[in-house]
Amino acid sequence: MLSEHESLDDMDRRLIVATQAGLPLLLKPYHALAEQLGISAADVQSRLTRMLAAGLIRRIGAVPNHYALGYTANGMSVWDVTDTHIDELGTQVGALAFVTHCYRRPRCLPDWPYNLFAMVHGSSRAEVEEKVAQIAALLGVEARAHDVLYSSRILKKSGLRLAG
Amino acid sequence: MPETLEAIDRNIINALQGDFPLSDEPYRVVAETLGIGADELLTRLASMLATGVLTRFGPMFQVERMGGAFVLAALKVPEVDFERIAGQVNSLPEVAHNYRREHAFNMWFVLATETPQGIAAALEKIEGLTGLPVHAFPKEREYFVEMKLRA
Repeated sequence: MLSEHESLDDMDRRLIVATQAGLPLLLKPYHALAEQLGISAADVQSRLTRMLAAGLIRRIGAVPNHYALGYTANGMSVWDVTDTHIDELGTQVGALAFVTHCYRRPRCLPDWPYNLFAMVHGSSRAEVEEKVAQIAALLGVEARAHDVLYSSRILKKSGLRLAG
Repeated sequence: MPETLEAIDRNIINALQGDFPLSDEPYRVVAETLGIGADELLTRLASMLATGVLTRFGPMFQVERMGGAFVLAALKVPEVDFERIAGQVNSLPEVAHNYRREHAFNMWFVLATETPQGIAAALEKIEGLTGLPVHAFPKEREYFVEMKLRA
Protein backbone atom coordinates (compact mmCIF):
# COMPACT_ATOMS: atom_id res chain seq x y z
CA MET A 1 0.00 0.00 0.00
CA LEU A 2 2.83 2.39 0.71
CA SER A 3 5.40 1.36 -1.86
CA GLU A 4 5.57 4.71 -3.66
CA HIS A 5 4.80 6.66 -0.50
CA GLU A 6 6.46 7.22 2.80
CA SER A 7 6.50 3.94 4.61
CA LEU A 8 4.76 3.85 7.93
CA ASP A 9 5.41 1.11 10.40
CA ASP A 10 2.87 -0.18 12.86
CA MET A 11 4.08 2.19 15.59
CA ASP A 12 3.75 5.22 13.27
CA ARG A 13 0.18 4.21 12.63
CA ARG A 14 -0.50 3.81 16.35
CA LEU A 15 1.00 7.26 16.90
CA ILE A 16 -1.34 8.72 14.25
CA VAL A 17 -4.35 7.08 15.87
CA ALA A 18 -3.22 8.35 19.29
CA THR A 19 -2.90 11.97 18.08
CA GLN A 20 -5.55 12.34 15.40
CA ALA A 21 -8.09 13.72 17.88
CA GLY A 22 -5.43 16.06 19.27
CA LEU A 23 -2.12 16.35 21.06
CA PRO A 24 -2.35 15.75 24.85
CA LEU A 25 -2.84 19.02 26.76
CA LEU A 26 -0.17 18.12 29.29
CA LEU A 27 3.11 19.80 30.10
CA LYS A 28 5.00 16.89 28.51
CA PRO A 29 2.70 15.70 25.71
CA TYR A 30 5.31 13.54 23.98
CA HIS A 31 6.08 11.75 27.22
CA ALA A 32 2.37 11.09 27.75
CA LEU A 33 2.12 9.60 24.24
CA ALA A 34 5.28 7.58 24.83
CA GLU A 35 3.84 6.06 27.97
CA GLN A 36 0.59 5.25 26.20
CA LEU A 37 2.42 3.58 23.30
CA GLY A 38 5.17 1.87 25.32
CA ILE A 39 8.05 3.64 23.59
CA SER A 40 10.40 6.46 24.60
CA ALA A 41 9.56 10.16 24.30
CA ALA A 42 12.61 10.55 22.08
CA ASP A 43 11.12 7.94 19.74
CA VAL A 44 7.78 9.80 19.64
CA GLN A 45 9.60 13.06 18.87
CA SER A 46 11.74 11.52 16.13
CA ARG A 47 8.74 9.83 14.49
CA LEU A 48 6.82 13.13 14.45
CA THR A 49 9.90 14.94 13.13
CA ARG A 50 10.21 12.39 10.31
CA MET A 51 6.50 12.62 9.42
CA LEU A 52 6.73 16.44 9.35
CA ALA A 53 9.81 16.32 7.12
CA ALA A 54 8.10 13.88 4.76
CA GLY A 55 4.93 15.97 4.57
CA LEU A 56 2.78 13.27 6.19
CA ILE A 57 2.07 15.91 8.80
CA ARG A 58 1.49 19.35 7.30
CA ARG A 59 2.05 20.99 10.68
CA ILE A 60 1.26 20.59 14.36
CA GLY A 61 -1.15 23.37 15.03
CA ALA A 62 -4.48 24.77 16.10
CA VAL A 63 -7.51 24.46 13.83
CA PRO A 64 -9.82 27.37 14.55
CA ASN A 65 -13.52 27.52 13.92
CA HIS A 66 -13.68 30.21 11.21
CA TYR A 67 -16.87 31.64 12.63
CA ALA A 68 -15.40 32.03 16.12
CA LEU A 69 -12.51 34.06 14.69
CA GLY A 70 -14.95 36.46 13.07
CA TYR A 71 -14.66 34.96 9.58
CA THR A 72 -18.40 34.66 9.32
CA ALA A 73 -18.54 34.76 5.52
CA ASN A 74 -16.91 31.67 4.04
CA GLY A 75 -17.34 31.44 0.31
CA MET A 76 -16.33 28.64 -2.01
CA SER A 77 -15.90 30.50 -5.29
CA VAL A 78 -16.18 28.25 -8.33
CA TRP A 79 -15.25 29.14 -11.89
CA ASP A 80 -15.65 27.72 -15.38
CA VAL A 81 -12.21 28.42 -16.83
CA THR A 82 -11.11 27.45 -20.33
CA ASP A 83 -9.10 24.24 -20.20
CA THR A 84 -6.19 25.71 -22.13
CA HIS A 85 -5.59 28.44 -19.54
CA ILE A 86 -6.66 26.88 -16.28
CA ASP A 87 -3.28 25.74 -14.96
CA GLU A 88 -1.62 29.09 -15.61
CA LEU A 89 -4.57 31.02 -14.14
CA GLY A 90 -5.16 28.60 -11.28
CA THR A 91 -1.59 29.15 -10.11
CA GLN A 92 -2.16 32.92 -10.19
CA VAL A 93 -5.45 32.68 -8.28
CA GLY A 94 -3.79 30.41 -5.71
CA ALA A 95 -1.09 33.04 -5.23
CA LEU A 96 -3.61 35.71 -4.18
CA ALA A 97 -3.02 36.42 -0.49
CA PHE A 98 -6.64 35.90 0.54
CA VAL A 99 -7.21 32.54 -1.20
CA THR A 100 -6.76 29.73 1.34
CA HIS A 101 -7.33 26.72 -0.93
CA CYS A 102 -7.28 26.54 -4.72
CA TYR A 103 -7.84 23.43 -6.80
CA ARG A 104 -8.71 22.24 -10.29
CA ARG A 105 -11.55 19.71 -10.17
CA PRO A 106 -13.61 17.98 -12.87
CA ARG A 107 -16.78 19.56 -14.21
CA CYS A 108 -19.94 17.53 -13.79
CA LEU A 109 -22.14 18.56 -16.70
CA PRO A 110 -24.87 19.62 -17.04
CA ASP A 111 -25.28 20.36 -13.32
CA TRP A 112 -21.83 21.68 -12.62
CA PRO A 113 -19.81 23.62 -15.22
CA TYR A 114 -17.07 24.77 -12.81
CA ASN A 115 -13.52 23.44 -12.81
CA LEU A 116 -11.64 25.92 -10.58
CA PHE A 117 -12.37 26.12 -6.84
CA ALA A 118 -10.97 28.94 -4.67
CA MET A 119 -11.91 29.40 -1.00
CA VAL A 120 -12.31 32.97 0.21
CA HIS A 121 -13.01 34.00 3.81
CA GLY A 122 -14.10 37.36 5.20
CA SER A 123 -15.86 39.08 8.04
CA SER A 124 -18.79 39.94 5.76
CA ARG A 125 -20.21 38.83 2.44
CA ALA A 126 -19.34 42.26 1.03
CA GLU A 127 -15.70 41.57 1.86
CA VAL A 128 -15.85 38.16 0.19
CA GLU A 129 -17.55 39.66 -2.86
CA GLU A 130 -14.84 42.30 -3.15
CA LYS A 131 -12.23 39.53 -3.15
CA VAL A 132 -14.22 37.47 -5.64
CA ALA A 133 -14.26 40.53 -7.91
CA GLN A 134 -10.46 40.55 -7.79
CA ILE A 135 -10.42 36.91 -8.92
CA ALA A 136 -12.89 37.74 -11.70
CA ALA A 137 -10.64 40.58 -12.86
CA LEU A 138 -7.63 38.26 -12.89
CA LEU A 139 -9.43 35.54 -14.86
CA GLY A 140 -11.00 38.00 -17.31
CA VAL A 141 -12.62 36.47 -20.37
CA GLU A 142 -11.15 33.03 -19.59
CA ALA A 143 -13.84 32.61 -16.90
CA ARG A 144 -17.12 31.90 -18.66
CA ALA A 145 -19.21 31.66 -15.51
CA HIS A 146 -18.80 31.63 -11.75
CA ASP A 147 -20.72 31.26 -8.52
CA VAL A 148 -20.00 31.63 -4.80
CA LEU A 149 -21.32 28.99 -2.40
CA TYR A 150 -21.44 30.38 1.13
CA SER A 151 -21.31 27.97 4.02
CA SER A 152 -24.21 28.46 6.39
CA ARG A 153 -23.34 25.77 8.94
CA ILE A 154 -20.48 23.50 9.95
CA LEU A 155 -22.05 20.04 10.06
CA LYS A 156 -18.84 18.23 11.01
CA LYS A 157 -15.19 19.13 11.42
CA SER A 158 -13.27 16.28 12.94
CA GLY A 159 -10.41 15.84 10.50
CA LEU A 160 -8.86 12.52 9.59
CA ARG A 161 -9.94 9.48 11.61
CA LEU A 162 -8.18 6.19 11.05
CA ALA A 163 -9.73 3.14 12.61
CA GLY A 164 -7.97 2.48 15.92
CA MET B 1 -14.71 40.02 15.55
CA PRO B 2 -16.45 38.44 18.55
CA GLU B 3 -15.82 40.29 21.79
CA THR B 4 -15.63 37.05 23.72
CA LEU B 5 -12.23 36.18 22.22
CA GLU B 6 -9.60 37.92 24.32
CA ALA B 7 -6.42 39.32 22.82
CA ILE B 8 -4.34 36.66 24.54
CA ASP B 9 -6.48 33.92 22.99
CA ARG B 10 -5.96 35.44 19.54
CA ASN B 11 -2.22 35.55 20.19
CA ILE B 12 -2.30 31.90 21.25
CA ILE B 13 -4.12 30.86 18.07
CA ASN B 14 -1.68 32.81 15.91
CA ALA B 15 1.31 31.36 17.77
CA LEU B 16 0.00 27.83 17.25
CA GLN B 17 -0.25 27.95 13.46
CA GLY B 18 2.99 26.07 12.89
CA ASP B 19 6.48 25.25 14.14
CA PHE B 20 5.16 23.72 17.36
CA PRO B 21 8.26 22.59 19.26
CA LEU B 22 9.17 18.92 19.39
CA SER B 23 11.06 19.43 22.61
CA ASP B 24 10.16 17.90 25.98
CA GLU B 25 8.00 20.78 27.23
CA PRO B 26 6.69 22.39 24.05
CA TYR B 27 3.80 24.29 25.66
CA ARG B 28 6.25 26.01 28.01
CA VAL B 29 8.34 27.17 25.03
CA VAL B 30 5.27 28.64 23.30
CA ALA B 31 3.95 30.15 26.54
CA GLU B 32 7.26 31.97 27.09
CA THR B 33 7.04 33.63 23.68
CA LEU B 34 3.56 34.84 24.65
CA GLY B 35 4.62 36.07 28.08
CA ILE B 36 2.31 33.72 29.99
CA GLY B 37 2.82 30.57 32.01
CA ALA B 38 2.54 27.08 30.55
CA ASP B 39 -0.40 26.34 32.87
CA GLU B 40 -2.32 29.34 31.59
CA LEU B 41 -1.64 28.35 27.97
CA LEU B 42 -2.92 24.81 28.63
CA THR B 43 -6.00 26.10 30.46
CA ARG B 44 -6.85 28.53 27.67
CA LEU B 45 -6.29 25.89 24.99
CA ALA B 46 -8.57 23.46 26.81
CA SER B 47 -11.19 26.18 27.17
CA MET B 48 -11.07 27.15 23.47
CA LEU B 49 -11.42 23.49 22.51
CA ALA B 50 -14.35 23.06 24.91
CA THR B 51 -16.19 26.11 23.59
CA GLY B 52 -15.52 25.29 19.94
CA VAL B 53 -13.31 28.30 19.17
CA LEU B 54 -10.78 25.65 18.19
CA THR B 55 -11.96 22.43 16.60
CA ARG B 56 -8.64 20.68 17.14
CA PHE B 57 -5.08 21.08 18.30
CA GLY B 58 -2.52 18.59 17.08
CA PRO B 59 -0.79 17.15 14.03
CA MET B 60 -2.59 17.77 10.73
CA PHE B 61 -2.11 14.66 8.66
CA GLN B 62 -1.81 14.66 4.88
CA VAL B 63 -3.39 11.30 4.18
CA GLU B 64 -2.29 11.25 0.53
CA ARG B 65 1.33 11.08 1.66
CA MET B 66 0.42 7.88 3.50
CA GLY B 67 -1.02 6.29 0.39
CA GLY B 68 -4.56 7.38 1.22
CA ALA B 69 -6.90 9.81 -0.44
CA PHE B 70 -9.02 12.90 0.10
CA VAL B 71 -12.09 13.66 -2.03
CA LEU B 72 -14.55 16.54 -1.98
CA ALA B 73 -18.11 15.42 -2.67
CA ALA B 74 -21.54 17.02 -2.73
CA LEU B 75 -25.18 16.09 -2.37
CA LYS B 76 -28.41 17.81 -3.34
CA VAL B 77 -30.41 17.17 -0.20
CA PRO B 78 -34.15 17.85 -0.05
CA GLU B 79 -34.70 20.40 2.75
CA VAL B 80 -37.17 18.23 4.63
CA ASP B 81 -34.58 15.45 4.86
CA PHE B 82 -31.59 17.65 5.64
CA GLU B 83 -31.05 16.78 9.31
CA ARG B 84 -31.53 13.06 8.81
CA ILE B 85 -29.13 12.96 5.88
CA ALA B 86 -26.55 15.13 7.67
CA GLY B 87 -26.62 12.57 10.48
CA GLN B 88 -26.18 9.68 8.04
CA VAL B 89 -23.27 11.33 6.23
CA ASN B 90 -21.56 12.42 9.47
CA SER B 91 -21.85 8.92 10.89
CA LEU B 92 -19.07 7.74 8.57
CA PRO B 93 -15.61 8.13 10.18
CA GLU B 94 -14.30 8.75 6.64
CA VAL B 95 -16.17 12.08 6.57
CA ALA B 96 -13.52 14.51 7.86
CA HIS B 97 -15.65 17.61 7.54
CA ASN B 98 -19.02 18.58 6.21
CA TYR B 99 -20.54 21.98 5.45
CA ARG B 100 -23.98 23.18 4.56
CA ARG B 101 -23.78 25.58 1.63
CA GLU B 102 -26.32 27.80 -0.07
CA HIS B 103 -26.80 26.12 -3.45
CA ALA B 104 -28.82 23.30 -5.03
CA PHE B 105 -25.77 21.24 -4.01
CA ASN B 106 -26.34 22.09 -0.35
CA MET B 107 -24.12 19.57 1.43
CA TRP B 108 -20.35 19.47 0.77
CA PHE B 109 -18.09 17.07 2.59
CA VAL B 110 -14.52 15.79 2.43
CA LEU B 111 -13.74 12.10 2.66
CA ALA B 112 -10.33 11.05 3.97
CA THR B 113 -9.46 7.36 3.64
CA GLU B 114 -6.40 5.26 4.22
CA THR B 115 -6.46 3.79 0.72
CA PRO B 116 -7.72 5.16 -2.62
CA GLN B 117 -10.17 2.26 -2.75
CA GLY B 118 -11.64 3.44 0.52
CA ILE B 119 -13.09 6.49 -1.26
CA ALA B 120 -15.22 4.46 -3.65
CA ALA B 121 -16.43 2.28 -0.78
CA ALA B 122 -17.37 5.32 1.31
CA LEU B 123 -19.17 6.99 -1.60
CA GLU B 124 -21.13 3.82 -2.23
CA LYS B 125 -22.01 3.59 1.45
CA ILE B 126 -23.29 7.18 1.48
CA GLU B 127 -25.42 6.55 -1.60
CA GLY B 128 -26.81 3.44 0.06
CA LEU B 129 -27.57 5.21 3.34
CA THR B 130 -29.08 8.35 1.87
CA GLY B 131 -30.59 7.07 -1.37
CA LEU B 132 -29.13 10.14 -3.11
CA PRO B 133 -26.55 10.29 -5.90
CA VAL B 134 -23.20 11.59 -4.66
CA HIS B 135 -21.20 13.90 -6.93
CA ALA B 136 -17.48 13.50 -6.33
CA PHE B 137 -15.06 16.27 -7.22
CA PRO B 138 -11.60 14.74 -6.89
CA LYS B 139 -8.83 17.29 -7.15
CA GLU B 140 -6.94 17.21 -10.43
CA ARG B 141 -4.40 19.87 -9.48
CA GLU B 142 -3.62 21.61 -6.22
CA TYR B 143 -2.61 25.21 -6.86
CA PHE B 144 -2.46 26.34 -3.26
CA VAL B 145 -3.39 25.17 0.23
CA GLU B 146 -2.79 27.27 3.29
CA MET B 147 -5.27 26.87 6.08
CA LYS B 148 -3.76 29.44 8.39
CA LEU B 149 -6.14 32.30 9.14
CA ARG B 150 -5.06 35.14 11.39
CA ALA B 151 -7.12 35.32 14.55
